[in-house]
Amino acid sequence: MKTAVVTFPGINRETDMMRALKLVTGKTPVNLWHTETELPRGLDLVVVPGGFSYGDYLRCGAIAARSPIMSAIRAKALEGLKVLGVCNGFQIITEAGLLPGALVRNASLHFVCREVQLRVENNRTFFTNRMKKGAVVSCPVAHGEGNYICDPKTLTALEAEGRVVFRYAAGTNPNGAMNDIAGIVNQAGNVIGMMPHPENMIEPLHGRMDCLPLFESLLAA
Amino acid sequence: MRIPNDLQITPELIAQHGLKPEEYQHFLDLLGREPTITELGIVSAMWNEHCSYKSSKKWLKTLPTAGRRVIQGPGENAGVVDIGDGQAIVFKMESHNHPSFIEPYQGSATGVGGILRDVFTMGARPIAALNALRFGDPSHPRTRHLVSGVVAGVGGYGNSFGVPTLGGEVNFHARYNGNILVNAMAVGLADADRIFYSKAKGVGLPVVYLGAKTGRDGIHGATMASAEFDDKAEEKRPTVQVGDPFTEKCLLEACLELMASGAVIAIQDMGAAGLTCSAVEMGAKGDLGIDLDLDRVPCREERMTAYEMMLSESQERMLMVLKPEKEKEAEAIFRKWGLDFAIVGETTDTLRFIIRHEGETKADLPIKQLGDEAPEYDRPWVEPKKQPTLMARDVPAPRDMKAALLQMMASPNMCSRRWVWEQYDTLIQSNSAQVPGGDAGVVRIKGKKAIAVSSDVTPRYVEADPFEGGKQAVAECWRNLTAVGAEPLAVTDNLNFGNPEKPEIMGQLVFAIKGIGEACRALDFPVVSGNVSLYNETNGQAILPTPTIGGVGLLRDLSTMATIAFKKSGQKVIEIGGPGGHLGQSIYLAAVLGREEGAPPPVDLAREKTAGNLIRSLIKSAQVTAVHDISDGGLAAAVAEMALAGRLGAKLEKLDHAQFFGEDQARYVVTARNARAVLAAAKKARVPARIVGEVTATPSLKMGRMTLSLKDLRQAHEGWFPAYMAKEL
Repeated sequence: MKTAVVTFPGINRETDMMRALKLVTGKTPVNLWHTETELPRGLDLVVVPGGFSYGDYLRCGAIAARSPIMSAIRAKALEGLKVLGVCNGFQIITEAGLLPGALVRNASLHFVCREVQLRVENNRTFFTNRMKKGAVVSCPVAHGEGNYICDPKTLTALEAEGRVVFRYAAGTNPNGAMNDIAGIVNQAGNVIGMMPHPENMIEPLHGRMDCLPLFESLLAA
Repeated sequence: MRIPNDLQITPELIAQHGLKPEEYQHFLDLLGREPTITELGIVSAMWNEHCSYKSSKKWLKTLPTAGRRVIQGPGENAGVVDIGDGQAIVFKMESHNHPSFIEPYQGSATGVGGILRDVFTMGARPIAALNALRFGDPSHPRTRHLVSGVVAGVGGYGNSFGVPTLGGEVNFHARYNGNILVNAMAVGLADADRIFYSKAKGVGLPVVYLGAKTGRDGIHGATMASAEFDDKAEEKRPTVQVGDPFTEKCLLEACLELMASGAVIAIQDMGAAGLTCSAVEMGAKGDLGIDLDLDRVPCREERMTAYEMMLSESQERMLMVLKPEKEKEAEAIFRKWGLDFAIVGETTDTLRFIIRHEGETKADLPIKQLGDEAPEYDRPWVEPKKQPTLMARDVPAPRDMKAALLQMMASPNMCSRRWVWEQYDTLIQSNSAQVPGGDAGVVRIKGKKAIAVSSDVTPRYVEADPFEGGKQAVAECWRNLTAVGAEPLAVTDNLNFGNPEKPEIMGQLVFAIKGIGEACRALDFPVVSGNVSLYNETNGQAILPTPTIGGVGLLRDLSTMATIAFKKSGQKVIEIGGPGGHLGQSIYLAAVLGREEGAPPPVDLAREKTAGNLIRSLIKSAQVTAVHDISDGGLAAAVAEMALAGRLGAKLEKLDHAQFFGEDQARYVVTARNARAVLAAAKKARVPARIVGEVTATPSLKMGRMTLSLKDLRQAHEGWFPAYMAKEL
């Protein structure tokens, strides 16, 4: 399986993501620089990782969303390329119009880094097919602007179509997101965005390995 | 209005630049003529306390700085220690106290930025950050605002830069009401044979400016850091720099890429006193002159004068001497990261520091006398008065042990700091093996190898006895590293004191340094870097003397790492190092009885060493299942924290209040599957040890008639900080 991880200036969790992808696929992902205009051939998955692209200036993800590489990713995503955006990556692909809604400032107004509980609401996606529907896993978050919002019509559609992939469970919503939404998928099922960092909970060092099955799902997808 | 370079130098101007009349006379003698305003600015930047260490140098020289693992001791951007396998750890702690009091967010953020830059300037990628914060009394009207701003600033910079914050301290005391402390530490990993230094080599080589543009922010920041505050501190807000962690992250990547290309001869970050300090440092160390052409300096503001450019403390800037043949390659790397790259001068053999701007020579100064030959003082000092030892019988026992324990665990100086560290990214880089909340932060290096980090000092002890307090700060740091199973390697020290021109304050500094030196020698724990912050006074009131010690330890096998959490019911709780009994200056005394008095617990360094060596061998041989050092709050606090972390209770032997709350040093609490083996090992090592209880599945702490549920304990311990910050207290 061939994967790629995008780096923008200010992105800082690209090595964590590359380590996770290598762990499950056995191959080092391609590292894509933001100025590139074309994606490598034969790519199965592009991950837009976490960090602070362009320092979160203007609006989280807004500048990165307008970079050359994002135009290439958007075009391929429309053709069905799998795209995963994590944390700042979720903000970027949302800004790029690949997913509906927006991520705004945490309700607490503070950056928050802690372990939360995630319930898998949809296990038919490329990132959750190894999980049971309703399973609850531990996963860390680390963000200041992860409060998911969208208009009522979109929210109704997301819920009705089962497009909420992850929901904060057991009262652990860290940011005030609507309906405890932690991650969503697009209508076509090939673009997922999520605020938590599964790449930080996949080996014994991390205390738990709850999120390893998420990455293993990629192999079956 | 632009200030002309040939402005008449008046006594007022000299005083405003923080120079004493005799210092100015010394400068005149050196120069043989009246200086220009640019020259006055430059000398004031170089000779202020912050950059010259003029009051402390004599005493700093007495600290042990060598050791078999030391690659680089004090005097460079950061200290460097060898950790084997061709790897080195680069680390330093530095204060940003004055700016953080005036503008808490930017002050603390740029403190973090500055120390990260010190570490990556030497070729290391930062892998951990720590911060030691001291605030005024919680009831002081400014405290909440300062806590909120400082924590947000520390997090805002470190999180964006992408370094896990793995440790630190937060204290409250009225003596910090007008002068908070923000000490930031960074730890980086480098190849031992690829460390970069500031000493320039070679004549006629390009001096290159890299990073962000120069603005008018932070002018005279270092001079401000060398003066006392008064009620007009607010007016100094414009001297605080503004941080841009995004540029710093780009600067990190660009610098490491450039270093890998082999183009760098010398590198110095622009920290305190910006362009002045970095250029003088590179030249003076290399016995070279430096010619700078300020017309080439990238500026973000118009019509900046030479004076402003030389004193600007704009952040995220670097100065380098590059190999001329690699110039193009170097420029391409910086352009890729969107950063400025400009050749602003060259090295010369004249030993002069020459500043040209707009066709004129604005300054022409002898470089050595500015830098490594700056003035040095032997300030008068008096020996601090000793406090009488407070006997346990003179400290009343609580009528209700449970209430006292709850009160102590919920007190501002003992309660959980979760509210603080959850605002820091503790997980980035995927290598965090222990985040804040335990004895030390632990970060994986590669494979099984890891580094442990801790920052410690107990200011109330140092106030009561600077010598013992200095020793204690080192000992506690050493103990914390030991408690996770690491071999303590070396320390960085951040000495925060009041006005050294007062003999009593100077006495505190002298005796604290003596104590630190003695402990570092005894524990084979050399000082490899550090920072001195003096004049921490407002309206004549000095802070508690606060020599923060930041230590680094090596854990060879992560699988043996110990944590504080109780693991299994039925395991014995063992106190190692003898029973407690010393209540002078204890948290119990302050939090429960409202008294701050007596001598601090004395530190017996020989006992400290034997107990620590025993603990490390017990951890290595997997004979203990949990380990916690005993410090603030004594055995009581240690056991309470172990229970909360493990979500298991304990049934304790009946102990009196001195045994329960005493803060005697060189002690640990451990749990073990086989208690007899641990007691036997302790006996063999001649370290006193005894069983004080047993871990229980019942989630409560029991002692005699006391039963305290973990739920109540957790609520008290975790509750104070968020409630205080939400203005519910």
